[in-house]
Amino acid sequence: MADSQYILEVNNLCQHFSSGRGKKQLTVKAVDDVTFGVRPAETFGLVGESGCGKTTTGRTIIRLYNPTGGEVLFNGRDIAGKMNPDLRKYLTDNIAMIFQDPIESLNPKMTIEEIIGEGLKVRGMKDQAEIRKMVVDMLRKVGLVEEHATRYPHEFSGGQRQRIGIARAIIVKPKMIIADEPVSALDVSVQAQVINLLNDLKEEMGLTILFIAHNLSVVKYFSDRIGVMYFGHLVEVANGEDLYKNPLHPYTKALLSAIPEPNPITERQRVRIDYVPARDHDYSNEQPSMVEVEPEHFVYCSPSELAKYREQIAANA
Amino acid sequence: MAAENMNREVVLSVKDLKVNFRAYGGLVQAVRGISFDLYRGETLAIVGESGSGKSVSIKAILGILANNAIIADGSIMYDGMDLTKVKEDTFHEIRGNRIGLIFQDPLSALNPIMKIGNQITESLRLNRKMKKEEAKKVALELMKSVGIPEPEKRFDQYPFQFSGGMRQRIVIAIALAGDPEILICDEPTTALDVTVQAKILELINQIKKERNLSVIFITHDLGVVANMADRVNVMYAGKVVETGTAEEIFFEPAHPYTWALLSSMPDLHTKDRLDAIPGTPPNMIYPPKGDAFAARNAYAMKIDYEMEPPMFKITDTHAAATWLLHPKAAANGIEMPAGLKARIERMKRSGALNG
Ligand SMILES: Nc1ncnc2c1ncn2[C@@H]1O[C@H](COP(=O)(O)OP(=O)(O)OP(=O)(O)O)[C@@H](O)[C@H]1O
Ligand SMILES: Nc1ncnc2c1ncn2[C@@H]1O[C@H](COP(=O)(O)OP(=O)(O)OP(=O)(O)O)[C@@H](O)[C@H]1O
Ligand code: SF4
Ligand SMILES: [Mg+2]
Ligand SMILES: [Mg+2]
Repeated sequence: MADSQYILEVNNLCQHFSSGRGKKQLTVKAVDDVTFGVRPAETFGLVGESGCGKTTTGRTIIRLYNPTGGEVLFNGRDIAGKMNPDLRKYLTDNIAMIFQDPIESLNPKMTIEEIIGEGLKVRGMKDQAEIRKMVVDMLRKVGLVEEHATRYPHEFSGGQRQRIGIARAIIVKPKMIIADEPVSALDVSVQAQVINLLNDLKEEMGLTILFIAHNLSVVKYFSDRIGVMYFGHLVEVANGEDLYKNPLHPYTKALLSAIPEPNPITERQRVRIDYVPARDHDYSNEQPSMVEVEPEHFVYCSPSELAKYREQIAANA
Repeated sequence: MAAENMNREVVLSVKDLKVNFRAYGGLVQAVRGISFDLYRGETLAIVGESGSGKSVSIKAILGILANNAIIADGSIMYDGMDLTKVKEDTFHEIRGNRIGLIFQDPLSALNPIMKIGNQITESLRLNRKMKKEEAKKVALELMKSVGIPEPEKRFDQYPFQFSGGMRQRIVIAIALAGDPEILICDEPTTALDVTVQAKILELINQIKKERNLSVIFITHDLGVVANMADRVNVMYAGKVVETGTAEEIFFEPAHPYTWALLSSMPDLHTKDRLDAIPGTPPNMIYPPKGDAFAARNAYAMKIDYEMEPPMFKITDTHAAATWLLHPKAAANGIEMPAGLKARIERMKRSGALNG
């Protein structure tokens, strides 16, 4: 997929973890042969089952882990290769991450001002008054107030801490943000503020976002294209509309059937579709691979499944 | 629903609870006088803005408030005891055993340097006095029932080797190991994708039925509320501003904060800019006079800035603290936003269609 239309290209990325020894040896293929591209200023949503490897994908791209296989290009530059100070700087200048766990990721001994302003200092900014001003601006942007600057993380609620993490990521104006469940811990009204905020930033700064989340209504609302992951594999990629109107992979269907709606009447009658790989696929004779079933709509499937999906699309057209 | 509640047994009763925190800038008034009853076998959902005091109120129930907390007033009656006054020894008997808890952040609930399996067996041996062998057997079953694949192999791993969602399932397994009569869940599925969330919600509902469990469920996801809740408390700035059955809260919301909350949900059908609530949450060191929501409320009246509204009763199960419900205000004819009204009509129709 050496395609210059993408700012981020992930090709056949693998991240396998091993633990234990001998009989207890366990290899988790957290990310297995994952390929996708993200266009500049686009929001690419990544959804999927808990433990399917979304966080690991994000963390591997930003090199919190060294990939065990595959290639990652950012603006055409290889960022999956051997780590050196130059590459580290390139990464921190270009890609920032907002973490899933707002508690784990904030240093409890630092004030909010120090936490949010840290990235500016790392980049050589010295003027304390200027840093303070930018921090306060950021606090307001994410729905907090100036007085919060001198407080410590433990004095904040879960949602407030996540907004601090977002402020810390965007204050350094990166080109791309990997947002790992950035709004999961927020109540809907603040979630709306943050999503509007990320949307504004996207326009203002031409920000590219890899948006990892499990709340599909949020992902659908926020993303241009969506990738669905299952057990280390990417199983379907499409734009939001197509994915919702025409889900093809049985896991995507199961996922869509499980979105709870804010409606007590429909919720009490909810019928979920289960995904059972052993029942839903027969890969005994044919191997699945990622195929473009219709323009811009990729599914991980075998040749006979592909034929079936094409029929389904024709029938729905 | 109303008549049913009257006959039902109250298992936990919170009265006029006030919790403050000593902080650098002064006293944070996190919970400012909340009252509610929890009935046997029901699920009570608590929703509300981030920082509104949801977690603090349930931490008070569990006796796990931070050191700088002060319970300034009120009582929490459980099994003849006032939990605001019992000693830590007694809490050891109650917490995890008779009142189970599942928290927002699974990391802080798990011991990072203890094997996953042992964390479950510890609870079984402590709370249910099981022998080592039996505890291991039950622990593996619990791991399986919360959907951990290959539990035998996973038994000896550490929390960092689990994904966020898998850790949360372990926390749930530990909570269920104690065989509680009340289960308190603080955003138990926030870190989970919807399919696992759906399974965990079904699991909680199934156990709730089997054991006639009472559940307090805090979540930001109004879809989850619709799925789980018999009744809903809506909190804002340390107070319960509206309470009602799930139907009453979703279809006949009465408090402007509840309106704003329901309006700000992303809708699967549009990409319109979301209706975020304007302004910032109030500073709880100096909570505003009058109705705390007034400054952010497009419908605020003069009185809202001066006097705090009491709870106005709407039905036997539904009440809201807003002056809009005062007989004199009713004459102003202020109603919920048109957009929300249309959405509610749509929801009722789609519900009826499916039914
Ligand atoms: N450092 C690690 N060592 C060993 N295994 C790991 C490590 N980090 C993650 N894993 C494993 O990799 C798999 C993917 O985990 P990951 O955290 O990427 O999932 P996720 O999709 O982000 O899930 P969630 O929605 O629950 O956050 C899981 O099986 C997990 O146990
Ligand atoms: N230890 C503490 N010291 C000082 N203030 C605190 C402390 N713990 C909580 N608070 C404050 O109490 C208020 C209520 O916090 P709480 O954690 O109950 O919010 P919440 O409703 O659970 O929010 P979220 O939805 O974000 O989890 C917040 O304003 C918070 O800043
Ligand atoms: S929130 Fe409080 S207890 Fe938790 S890590 Fe931060 S300072 Fe420590
Ligand atoms: Mg994750
Ligand atoms: Mg909370």
